[in-house]
Amino acid sequence: MAHAAPRDYLAAAPGVSPDSPALLSDPAAIGLPPPASPPPSTDGGAGGAAGALDVSSRRIRREQMRLLLRSAPFIVGMVLLLWWVVCAIFGRLFVPYNPVNGSLLQFNLAPSGTHWFGTDSLGRDVLSRVIVGSREILIVSVLATVLGTALGTALGLVMGYFRGIVDNVVGRLVDAVLSLPVVIVALLFVAAVGPSARTLILVIGFVFALIIARTVRTAVLQERELDYIAAARLRDESGAHIMFVEILPNISAPILVEFTVRLGYAIFAIATLSFLGIGIQPPTPDWGADIAASYQYLAAGYWWETLFPALAIASLVVAVNLIADSIEAVVIR
Amino acid sequence: MGDQVTGYVLKRLGLALLTLVLLSMIIFFAGQVLPGNPGRAILGPFASQHAVTALDNSLGVNRSLPAQYWSWVSGIVQGNLGTSYQFRAPVSSFLWPALGRSLRLAVVAFVLVVPLSIVGGVVAALSRGRAPDRVISVAGLSLSSMPEFVSGVVLIVVFAIELKWLPVTASAPAGSSLPTQIRYLLLPAIVLVLVLFGYIMRMARAGTIEALDSDYVRTATLKGLPRSVVIRRHVLRNSLLPTITVIATQTGYLIGGLVVVETLFNYPGLGRLIFTAITDKDFPMLEAGVLTIGIVYLVATLVADILYTLLNPRLRLQAAD
Repeated sequence: MAHAAPRDYLAAAPGVSPDSPALLSDPAAIGLPPPASPPPSTDGGAGGAAGALDVSSRRIRREQMRLLLRSAPFIVGMVLLLWWVVCAIFGRLFVPYNPVNGSLLQFNLAPSGTHWFGTDSLGRDVLSRVIVGSREILIVSVLATVLGTALGTALGLVMGYFRGIVDNVVGRLVDAVLSLPVVIVALLFVAAVGPSARTLILVIGFVFALIIARTVRTAVLQERELDYIAAARLRDESGAHIMFVEILPNISAPILVEFTVRLGYAIFAIATLSFLGIGIQPPTPDWGADIAASYQYLAAGYWWETLFPALAIASLVVAVNLIADSIEAVVIR
Repeated sequence: MGDQVTGYVLKRLGLALLTLVLLSMIIFFAGQVLPGNPGRAILGPFASQHAVTALDNSLGVNRSLPAQYWSWVSGIVQGNLGTSYQFRAPVSSFLWPALGRSLRLAVVAFVLVVPLSIVGGVVAALSRGRAPDRVISVAGLSLSSMPEFVSGVVLIVVFAIELKWLPVTASAPAGSSLPTQIRYLLLPAIVLVLVLFGYIMRMARAGTIEALDSDYVRTATLKGLPRSVVIRRHVLRNSLLPTITVIATQTGYLIGGLVVVETLFNYPGLGRLIFTAITDKDFPMLEAGVLTIGIVYLVATLVADILYTLLNPRLRLQAAD
């Protein structure tokens, strides 16, 4: 099951599947209890009688959910992520100060009782900016990942089911794009058309679509050899019906994993682009952009202006990765 | 047998070339088609249309796209990487020295990360499911997903500013000795190490676990070999093979990750060259820089693939088909 190559620069070398069996799916490694029986069989051909399938797949879902809720990394990740989601939606209502317009006289103040995280060089409250800074990055990264997953799934289904010329052309294109780190591809295209939230979403979404298409294609290749597809063909179902109604539900597990893993990379990429000045643009509060604006003052001793946004990014990235890893451990195999 | 390997290498080489051509098209499209009018972009909104047209003519950007692509590519093949918009000088005179400096930083990072991550992965695998494994696995996972500037900033605060062990910038003063140069490169190299560690460690861990679970290791244990001999002779030999190729494929990423690290540490390598090319909208420089990263990656994966085939007798036999 080739999915989720950790980090995008890794086009799999022959025999070097980046996700060798014991890599991520070893539940013990991330503190999960070993999967209880029955082993979830949503991937790799949940054949069986049609009637029993519905009931048992629902039972498997419930079992997987129960396993997830019992795993500490998942809970920790969820709590952190929910905190940032709350900040993104309601942050403006409970920030102590205006995050965009500071008081110019109170610049570079060290953390204190009035400004818990201090103020930046423009006199803006760092705590308020950190809280509100979750908004833009979450919106952009979620939208980019949704776009990439939807597009990539459709593309992968077509590539895997019909093979032929689409498969070949897109396959080569994926190889070419993946010979560059995602951040570099994004840099190139965003620099060319100018930075905006829409550009970020489109560029990262398209690159992800190519990566996800490859994963989905591999899963489809395994499915299409199974009996239920042959049966559907005999019933004379259309290609679209077989792809989206027959195959898609059976490969939902790798797609879900791919979505959560990609979300982590999207946050990584957008934060990096913002740091490099071509992501989310000031004065919109954003962690990466705030770090870019303040890291030159590190040597002057104003560490709080840089460190707190950095810790915010770190917590969000770790949260998404804990969730992704837990889901992968439960859902795959 | 030799023929089979040669055939495989040739096939792999052909694929890499095809990928390279596609990559060059993508880069050309992004760098020369998307931005619109380069003359206007360089001269700004207040320049006269006359001046813009004249500049477009001298840059050759008003020709047909295939003609532009062809002259760009044929120039590159002949070693002419184009002329920088910003410096009005050949791109190559900036690119090669910058690449050299980046490689120096990359070497320091690799020297640190390779032994560290292999030991980490093997230790994690041998204590699978217990505390050392969990600490190493979770730390590796978190670190490898951390943007470089985040870990970089934290490291600067701790080691350069609070403890004052290492310098804040990466460039040693001119004419300093090799140890001093390495000392300056240490902090940025550690940032790269943190990212790479997680990945290589995971591969080493996965490979070791796979070998530990294999029949031949069980046989070796059952026939009474001491555990250290089993690990050295049977486990490591098999588990490190995939790790070696992963290390090779990391080179491409490393060169890419340098954009952030070099910007953060103010180090004039390839990464910062690309960064300044973006801020200056210097597209010939940007295209050449990005293409270089792509080539480094393609060469590295090619070498890794071939190395893997040569080292692995099972694949050597399969390579024929």
